[in-house]
Parts: sequence; C-alpha cells; structure tokens
Amino acid sequence: MLDKALTGSKRYWTLIIVLLGFIGIGTLAYLHQFKNGLGVTGMSRDVSWGFYISQFTFLVGVAASAVMLVIPYYLHDYKKFSKIVILGEFLAVASVTMCMLFIFVDMGQPMRMMNVILHPTPNSILFWDATVLNGYLFLNIIIGWTTLHAEKKQTAPPKWVKPLIYLSIPWAVSIHTVTAFLYAGIPGRHFWLTAIMAARFLASAFAGGPALLIILALMLRKYTKFDPGKEPIQTIGKIVTYAMCANVFFILLEVFTAFYSQIPGHMHAFEYLFAGIEGHGKLVPLMWISIICAVGALIMLVPPKIRSKESNLVKACVLVFISLWIDKGFGLVIGGFVPNHFGTVTEYWPTLPETAITLGVWATGFLVLTILYKVAISVREELGTAKSEY
Amino acid sequence: MSMDRRKFLKLLGLAGVGLGIGSDFVQMSPAEASSGHGLPSSGERLGMVIDARNLTDEDFTRMIDACHSIHNVPTLIPEKNDVKNEIKWLWTDTYNHTFPEQINEYHPDSLREKEFPLLCNHCDKPPCVRVCPTQATFRSKNGIVAQDPHRCIGCRFCMAACPYGSRSFNYVDPRLYLTKMNPDFPTRTMGVVEKCTFCVERLAKGLQPACVVESGGALVFGNLADAHSEVRKILSTHFTLRRKPTLGTMPSVFYVIGGEDYAG
Amino acid sequence: MYNGGKIILGLIIFLALAAFPFYSNLGGSAKKAMPSLDTPVIQQLAVKECVKPGEYMKREHMKVLDQWRDEVVREGKREKIQVGGREFEKSLQNGCMACHSNKEQFCTECHSYAGVKPYCWDCHFSREGGQI
Repeated sequence: MLDKALTGSKRYWTLIIVLLGFIGIGTLAYLHQFKNGLGVTGMSRDVSWGFYISQFTFLVGVAASAVMLVIPYYLHDYKKFSKIVILGEFLAVASVTMCMLFIFVDMGQPMRMMNVILHPTPNSILFWDATVLNGYLFLNIIIGWTTLHAEKKQTAPPKWVKPLIYLSIPWAVSIHTVTAFLYAGIPGRHFWLTAIMAARFLASAFAGGPALLIILALMLRKYTKFDPGKEPIQTIGKIVTYAMCANVFFILLEVFTAFYSQIPGHMHAFEYLFAGIEGHGKLVPLMWISIICAVGALIMLVPPKIRSKESNLVKACVLVFISLWIDKGFGLVIGGFVPNHFGTVTEYWPTLPETAITLGVWATGFLVLTILYKVAISVREELGTAKSEY
Repeated sequence: MSMDRRKFLKLLGLAGVGLGIGSDFVQMSPAEASSGHGLPSSGERLGMVIDARNLTDEDFTRMIDACHSIHNVPTLIPEKNDVKNEIKWLWTDTYNHTFPEQINEYHPDSLREKEFPLLCNHCDKPPCVRVCPTQATFRSKNGIVAQDPHRCIGCRFCMAACPYGSRSFNYVDPRLYLTKMNPDFPTRTMGVVEKCTFCVERLAKGLQPACVVESGGALVFGNLADAHSEVRKILSTHFTLRRKPTLGTMPSVFYVIGGEDYAG
Repeated sequence: MYNGGKIILGLIIFLALAAFPFYSNLGGSAKKAMPSLDTPVIQQLAVKECVKPGEYMKREHMKVLDQWRDEVVREGKREKIQVGGREFEKSLQNGCMACHSNKEQFCTECHSYAGVKPYCWDCHFSREGGQI
C-alpha cells in the first residue's frame, strides 16, 4: 500500500518537498549541535530541559489522543467514527515518531542511546517512558496498517487485531501517565510535584489531540476526496469541549492550591510565568496568550449553537491547540526550572539552531503523517469509500 | 493452516526482530538488574560536616581551586552566554539560597549575607539515582553517589531531579575552557553530567577530599555509620542543619552554622 | 527493458558509489601497522611484560579496559594488579600510558590502519612525551 504515497498531485509533491526542505535545514542544524554540543541551545545549568523536552511532552499528549476515537468506535460500536479512526491512529504514529526524535536530539550522548536497553533500570521513569512509547508506536502502526489493508481487501481484519486494539486503549492512557510521572515524582520542584499532573496531562491531551485531528480532517476535506462527515466532526468537537473544560478546571485547581496556601515554593513558578520575577518575564506574554486562547476557545466551544457551526469549531480548535501548545510546550517545563533551587532566576529562550532542529523534527512528523494519510486516502478513493455517510 | 509467501516472510522478519530485542535482555547481568536508591548501609556511610562559622573568602577560593583544578573542572568565562553553561562541583552561596526553608526576616545581616560552601550532598536516598535510566549515577556501598561518565547518555533527568542544584552538564567541550590540566585525572567529554565525587580517587589512596584538606579544619569528612568517628562527635555536640530536610533525601553533608554567635 | 535508460543509469551511479572505497585506494599500498614499544619507561624495564601477553592484548585490550572501567568506577575496586612482580594501575591513562607513552606510534598506528577512532582520548590523557 506504501506505493500509494509515491504518486500524487502537484500539491502533494510540493508539500513533500517543503517538508523535506525543513528536514534538511533541521539536519544541518543538528549536525552543528552534534559537533559543538548542546550549548548551542538556550538551555543552561539551571534550565536543563527546554524546547526539545517540552515539545516531546506536548506530542505524547497528541499521540495519546487517538484513544478518544478508538474507545467510541471499537469499544462502544460508535459507527460514525468508521472513517476517521485511521486518521487518529496514524496521527499517533507520527506523534510518537516526533517524540522519539525530540528525545534523540536532546540527548548529550545520543550514540549511547542503547544504554537504556542494555542497562534496563525499572526504577527510572525514563526507562518506562521509552518502553511504553515504543510499544505504542508498534501498536498503532500495526493496528492502523492491518485494518487499512483489510479495508483495501474489503474483508474483515484478522482476529488478532482485536486484542491489540483493546490493549492500545489502556496503553494510550499509560504513555501520558508515565510522561506525567517524569515530572510528578521529583522532589524539590514544587511546580511539578502534584498528584493532578497526570490528570492534567490527560485532559490537555484529549483536548489538544482531537482539536488537531479536526483541523487535519477538515484540511483533508478541502484538499482531497476524503470527507470525514459532519456528525463525526461534531462528536469530536464535543470531546474537545469536555476535555478543555476539564483541563482549564485542573489548572484553576493548581492556581488555587498555590495561592490559597500562600506557600512561596508553590506560588513562585506561577508568579514567574504570569507576572515575571525581579524584572525577568520572558514568558509572560506567551502565557497570557495561552489564557486568552483558552478562554476564547471555551466561549466558542461550550454553547452548542456556536460549536455546531463548523467554521466556529475549527477556529476554536486552532485556539485550543495554540493554548495547549504554549501551556505544555513552554509553561510546564520551563516553569519547573524557574526560579531555580536557590531562588534566583535564569531565563530560557530557544536559540536559532534549537528552533531549526525543532522545526525539522516537526517536519519529519508531518512527513510521516502526510505519507500515511496519503496511503489511507488513496486506498479509500480507489474503493470509492472516501466519503463518510454521516 | 495455509500460509502464503508474503505472510511467511513477514513472520520471519518479526521473529528476527524479536530475537534481536530478546537477546539484549538475556545478556543483562543480575548485578546490573537491581538498582535504585538506598542500598543498605554495609557499615560505611561517608559524609561531611562543614563548620561554616569562620570560613573566609580566601578559604573558599583555596577549596574551590583545589577541587576544580585537580578534577579538570573547566572555568567558563561569564561573558556572552558562557555562564549559563557553567560547571561547578563546589561553590558558595548566601544563607538564604543555601537554606531556603529556614529563612526568617529577622535574621541579622551577618547571617543573611554569610557565604556557605555548596556541593553534592551524597544523599542517602538520592532522587538523582532513582531517575537515572542507565544507572550512570548510582549509590556506592560506602554512601557516595557516584557518576559513571562512560555510561551517561546526557538526558539530564538527574539534573531535573536533584533538589539542590548540585549537578552540571557539559554543554560544550570542556577542554576548550581548561587552561591548565591535571594529567593524573581525566576530563569529561561534551554531553555528560558531572558533580562532586567526594574525591573517590583520593580516598582510594588514603587521602582526604581536596576541599577538606584546604579548609583548614573547617570541613571534617568521615564515616557517619561509625559512632566513634570525628564527624559523629561533631554531630552529637553541635546543632547542624542539612539542606531541604523535608524532602526526605537524607543528605550526608551537615552544616554547623552557629547561632549563639549571632545573638545579641 | 521498460524505462531501460533510467535503470541502466541508476545502476551505473550505484556501482560508482558502492565501489568508491575500493578504487579510490588503488595504486597506493597500505603499510602494515607496526606499533612501536620504544618508550623511555619500557626501555628501562628489566622484564618487558604487560598485564597480559601482547597477542592477547592486541585482540582483547578493549575488553580489559572495559572490565577495569567497571571495576574501578562502578565497584570501587581500585587495587593495583600484580603481574610478574610488578604493580599495574587499573587505568588507561595512569596504567597503560605510563609505559606506552607514545600514543601516535603505538595506539594510533593500529587504529588508523583499522580505521577506528576510539573516543577514549576525549577524556583520558595519553601522556605523550611525558606531557598531555
């Protein structure tokens, strides 16, 4: 079926070439970083994780969100998702690929990557994160490919796929829980040391991932013969709404605990992010944009009359995505490092090479996504089943 | 059951991948399999008491120079962004930054502005060891939290986990910033984490850690598990503080900060 | 042949790339690697012995170093080794290089012939000519 990705319209090939261009620039930037060290990034002794790890954290959430389609369709027989489940599974594949690439570019000694497998360390959450991410990647590529192949052959998928699909449901929850555990078990960083971290992660994942999926599905409707249907999109919109409400609620819970208890260690990170400390406030405008986008998104999502208009829904999804990308991609990780353990502020901002590498990894993910989506859509176009009847 | 050629080839490929992954786990030695924090103290727990009452800037300079020069710790010049990549095994900071859980607004200035030496605390329950995915940092039987720079993959999870900011990462090639090198001790390479090692190579030769030697007696190093050691004598006759005690990490570095000296 | 022109052209380009390592070295002769044991310290040794015989070390020196590394760094076993009445430190820079201080004529001689670049020297000193 992969051969379907080798033929396409001019627009398709333009997209591929543009993505390859970004990947090329990112690769050159990575070679520069490999030669000169991670000092070419904005990371420091105080802020030892930056853009790469925050993007990884955000994308694990996007990957986990496939489960929001799998549960209704496979567990509850919600037939309306029949055309769109594959998009979720392939989005998970692309997202996990990006996650693993972000870990790779963040490592100081990437050649020693195999040490995690040669010296397995069950007490390290990073070991489990590597394990569950690889497992989830294999699960989704096998499930997605096999079900698509069966669809192409116009037959039922083989029986052994069913248990894998059921397994992928708790596994999706586990990948984001384990990633949350990277942060939530570390003593001394009070911004992270909260039991609700995993719940927050899941809520923002189930809002941000499906939001991206709606945007992607509607783009596919515009540029290809694929049509996800109006009702499935509305249902996913409802999922985004509930998840975003939960996510905002959880953040407000955190703010309450920090500021009602008035414990300095709990308040400091919020103060840095939303007001700045001692004149240091690089992230303040970004964080408030995240808040405004979240509020704007909820205004458009909560009232059914507004959400039911697709043009409003897609705008709201863009706002959700931006808001959550800033929240997880900047606020969460940087907020844990600022102020540092001594109470002083070392700020962080990604450098040019760092940004180029990040864009290169995103482009790689989108290349994987483009190829997989092209295969799925071409298979269905040939069968004449590219349009949903809902 | 019938099988076509395509299915057979797919199965063969899967079996090959499975064997490859499986053999990696088979090679794992039992000694490496168990790990984690808090090995049972087998009669030795190395620690340090720092009498910070009378340490001067000259003392600190001698101690830090000795530590950093013996161990080839690079000095990154604080211009441009170099200070963000700084590496320090031993350094100083004020009281408020050393003991942020013990601040009160009525402390005399003489205490508030007092400088304290800071280093890795070689905790008994080290969170850095707990999170390291390759056991590149591990707790030795004698209590030292050791670093294996051969195994470190540079993920910096330990730096996130350390509550004391004791760890540094080689963001750049350290040899570019070493003016004088000690040929008896290796440098590190770009991309690995490093920190104070309680001078484990000197201990093997029967010497005291370099900072202890240069401290003029203010730093006392010894076996905390030995009730008759000098460190235990000081601990039982003085009030001592550890950094961030509520986190339960059980640091092995204790500070005598005085008290009666500041009263009145 | 369908698309024959493109296929033949592709094959020629592939062969040109794949055979590059072979034809680019034609005409020159690779000298056999002759590591030199001629250092001041070795000259003064009464019995010129290493921790293990030379042939063994040629094959297994990386295994020996890895074993020493784990014993010294991870297990804290820093005791010197006794071989043939002499003491050896379990250390590349303080043990091996104490005698074999001619890194270019000893280590690099074989490594460059075999085309390997061990990264030991990123951290460990080689003590060439008594200096770093």
